Amino acid sequence: MNINATLLGQAISFAIFVWFCMKYVWPPLTAAMQERQEKLSEGLQYAEKAEQELAQAKENVELELATAKKQAAEIVEQANKRANQLVDEAKNDAIKVGERVKQAALDDIDQQVNRAKEDLRSQVAGLAVLGAEKILSKSVDQGAHSEMLDKLAAEL
Amino acid sequence: MGFWAIHLDSMGWSIFLGIMFLFIFKKVANGVTTGVPSGLQNFVEMIVEFIDDTVKDTFGHKNPLVAPLALTIFVWVFLMNFMDLIPVDFIPYVAQAMGVGHMKVVPSTDPNITLGMSFSIFALILFYSFKMKGVSGFSKELALHPFNHWAMIPFNLTLELIGLFTKPISLALRLFGNMYAGEMIFILIALLPFWAQWTLSVPWAIFHILIITLQAFIFMVLTVVYLSMAHDTESH
Repeated sequence: MNINATLLGQAISFAIFVWFCMKYVWPPLTAAMQERQEKLSEGLQYAEKAEQELAQAKENVELELATAKKQAAEIVEQANKRANQLVDEAKNDAIKVGERVKQAALDDIDQQVNRAKEDLRSQVAGLAVLGAEKILSKSVDQGAHSEMLDKLAAEL
Repeated sequence: MGFWAIHLDSMGWSIFLGIMFLFIFKKVANGVTTGVPSGLQNFVEMIVEFIDDTVKDTFGHKNPLVAPLALTIFVWVFLMNFMDLIPVDFIPYVAQAMGVGHMKVVPSTDPNITLGMSFSIFALILFYSFKMKGVSGFSKELALHPFNHWAMIPFNLTLELIGLFTKPISLALRLFGNMYAGEMIFILIALLPFWAQWTLSVPWAIFHILIITLQAFIFMVLTVVYLSMAHDTESH
């Protein structure tokens, strides 16, 4: 265990190794690690930003969806209203047409009734004259009594 | 042989392991990517980051030398200690077959190796103490600390100088002692009959994994702490 020049040899190799390590080993390794760290932090920042953007986009989508739904509801409501209106109009038209037809029919009936009455009246007058002639046998002067007979017929 | 003898086995293994360390790390550094690191790069980066964090935590000054120094110490000392886990007789037997009578394969069980490193660190401590505090500042720190009174200067000086010189000695002897004792126990276990050796050598080897890592770590952290103290300029 004597102390000898091995000590110096070790000291010299130590110095050389440390110098080599300091010059060629340490700097590239730490530089690469630092760079990676920067890259990582950049990546994380990007990720955070992307997340924020995503959240924003989701919010936008929800907003748009809500407006679209609202618009759709409005359109449906309008359509319903319009449909009801159309139905109402049609109903009213139908009622009007029906009433008109009914009125026409009633008028027609009245007319026919009147005509029938007229016919009956004239026939009754004829029958009355015929009856009276038969009763009086002979002398009912057609000319003298026609005025009275007409009056009678009009009263019937 | 005297002082100028060189332990070729310790020296050779030490340099071989140091070159292995630099070769692997340089290879990774050459092909380094900032993307997803592959297996070896991941491992190397883990070590580098660990060293970087430790240095940042304990060394509060700016010095581009300290972190690479700490990395070299940690990995190199770890590799030298790691030779301890190779079964004690493997390499010496092979060496013997090749005509080399004795071979020590764990460089950190040679005090020349650990002292060689700690004295280099001591030189750095002195260099940075003088550089950061100036000659007068450093002398004042040695002379007027811990008792700031002129009459206490001899006492302070004795205390501080002993403290100063203890740093490299304790650094070197701690590592040497731990590794030497560990290797000695492996050698003692190897004296058992071969079928009984595993009962002791396996637990000891597993425990030794902890020790070699811990000793490499302690050597590195103490170096950083000593250098940090050498950089501290504020007077206490």
